[in-house]
Amino acid sequence: MAYYVRKVAGFLVTLFLVSLLTFLVFQILPGDPARVILGVDADPLQLQQLREELGMDRPAPLRFLEWLGGVLRGDLGTSYRYHQPVSALLGSALGVTAQLAVYALVLTAAVGLPVGIWLAHHSKKKYALPVSLLSQLGLSVPSFCVGVLLVSVFSVGLGWFPSMGYTPFSQDPLACVKSLTLPAVSIAFGSAAVLIRYVQASILEQEGQEYVKTARSKGVPGSRILRVHVLRNSLIPVLTVFGMTITDVLGGSILVENLFSLPGIGRLIATSINSRDLPLIQGLVLYLAALVVVCNFGVDLFYSVVDPRIRRK
Amino acid sequence: MGFQRVMQRCLHKGTFLLGAAMVGLMLLLMTVGLFYTPYDPEAMDTQHALAFFSPAHPLGTDQFGRDVLSRVMVGARYSFLVGALTVVFGLVLGGVVGAVAGYYGGKIDEVVMKLIDVQMAFPGVLLALMLIAVFGNGLQNLVLALGLMSVPRFARIARGGFLQYRDAEFVKAARARGAGDGRILFRHILPHLTPELVVTGALGFAGAVMSEAGLSYLGLGMEPTTPSFGRMLSEAQGEMLQAWWYVLIPAAAITLLVMGFNLMGDALQEVTRHG
Repeated sequence: MAYYVRKVAGFLVTLFLVSLLTFLVFQILPGDPARVILGVDADPLQLQQLREELGMDRPAPLRFLEWLGGVLRGDLGTSYRYHQPVSALLGSALGVTAQLAVYALVLTAAVGLPVGIWLAHHSKKKYALPVSLLSQLGLSVPSFCVGVLLVSVFSVGLGWFPSMGYTPFSQDPLACVKSLTLPAVSIAFGSAAVLIRYVQASILEQEGQEYVKTARSKGVPGSRILRVHVLRNSLIPVLTVFGMTITDVLGGSILVENLFSLPGIGRLIATSINSRDLPLIQGLVLYLAALVVVCNFGVDLFYSVVDPRIRRK
Repeated sequence: MGFQRVMQRCLHKGTFLLGAAMVGLMLLLMTVGLFYTPYDPEAMDTQHALAFFSPAHPLGTDQFGRDVLSRVMVGARYSFLVGALTVVFGLVLGGVVGAVAGYYGGKIDEVVMKLIDVQMAFPGVLLALMLIAVFGNGLQNLVLALGLMSVPRFARIARGGFLQYRDAEFVKAARARGAGDGRILFRHILPHLTPELVVTGALGFAGAVMSEAGLSYLGLGMEPTTPSFGRMLSEAQGEMLQAWWYVLIPAAAITLLVMGFNLMGDALQEVTRHG
């Protein structure tokens, strides 16, 4: 119980600090957010008006508390350019990003786990070389480069997938999956490579343990050792990596959404930076960062349920 | 293991040599580009726009007929510059923060670790995007943003190292002889961490090149007129239907640099950990 209280407290502190940092970067660092939004040669009257609109005339700690209170009630502020609540803009973009992220995560797990398990035993063999090379490529080629190459082969060359744009699922399910496939593969290529590496290392580490030697000397067949003994123990540390994978996928989606013109959060952030819509960027950044913290907290909790030993550390 | 021994072992590893060859090729192109480029990288020649590879233009031309090889030679400069400055920034700031946290421990350590936790919540280039949204783009802000982004990486390594050695026999001996904290940190402990910090530096370099390309791709990195690889990639993407080969060049240039530094960093890491 004490373990969970500590975990939840740590989680809340992190969330608070993340929101504080976001507020500091957007409201304190620039000195005058109104000037950032309106540009250097802005009309003084307009500047004054915007300052009032943004509530700049009140002290910063008060503004922070008000903003935080709003955030807790689901009010992330109002976009300066669109004159719409940030949460409304976020809502429509979130669906796209969530679909992309889930698709990429499923691909990552579907490729990363089996290939990692396979490579743990076959990595020294000649025929495994192409697979090893491919996973090394996945670690080093940036996701947007992968994306551009996929587009040039599979949409420009072969015409199998659209090169950009998004079709809502409700409109045409097949077209929706098609429009998200290349983006999801671009993200999953890199994160699957990371997962492969961890799975491989984790299995090899477990197989050096005493209990595996015992099982082997009792004459338990290799496949059963792997299935019953090794996998269960070696996949536990992999769970923590999955938290990292979620972060990776969300980070990757920022660039990839722009590459494929998908109307998700990443694309909204980039366009709002170009239009200097600070309230909108602030809301979006906070949302993404909070999402990462929540996901990692969830993975942490799940981890302690799966492996109770962790609670005693 | 001393740093020289590590380097000697690395020279016998295939992956290290492959990585070094990749980085070496880009370094060569950049160095030659400082003194000579086949064409003026800004000279337009719309008659020969989007030309395929040929003896006259080994890597073809872009949508304005500018020579792509010349632009790659100039663009490499910015990748190396941003990568190097970012690593120096991250190494100095992260190293100091990590050293203080690891060596002194206690409350300072807790605060530093919490800050690192908070920073890790901003995935990918998000932290850099925040700073660029507020300060605008350009080389200085880019290096500042990417440098801050790489601080946790270095801080973690430094913290772990200083924590490991702060109660070692040789540190106690130095303390008994009356050496000050500064001397112990820099003269006695730091040399033991050099290999690990070099590994982190190589991987950080790869990360910085990748992020710079990504931000420039979004038009949020270097000034728009700079022929950086990310910029070229986004221009080439627009011409993909007319010239599918053009997009391969910036993608390959970014990949060569990122993969080269990654391979070298990985090989170094393997040698430092397992001998």
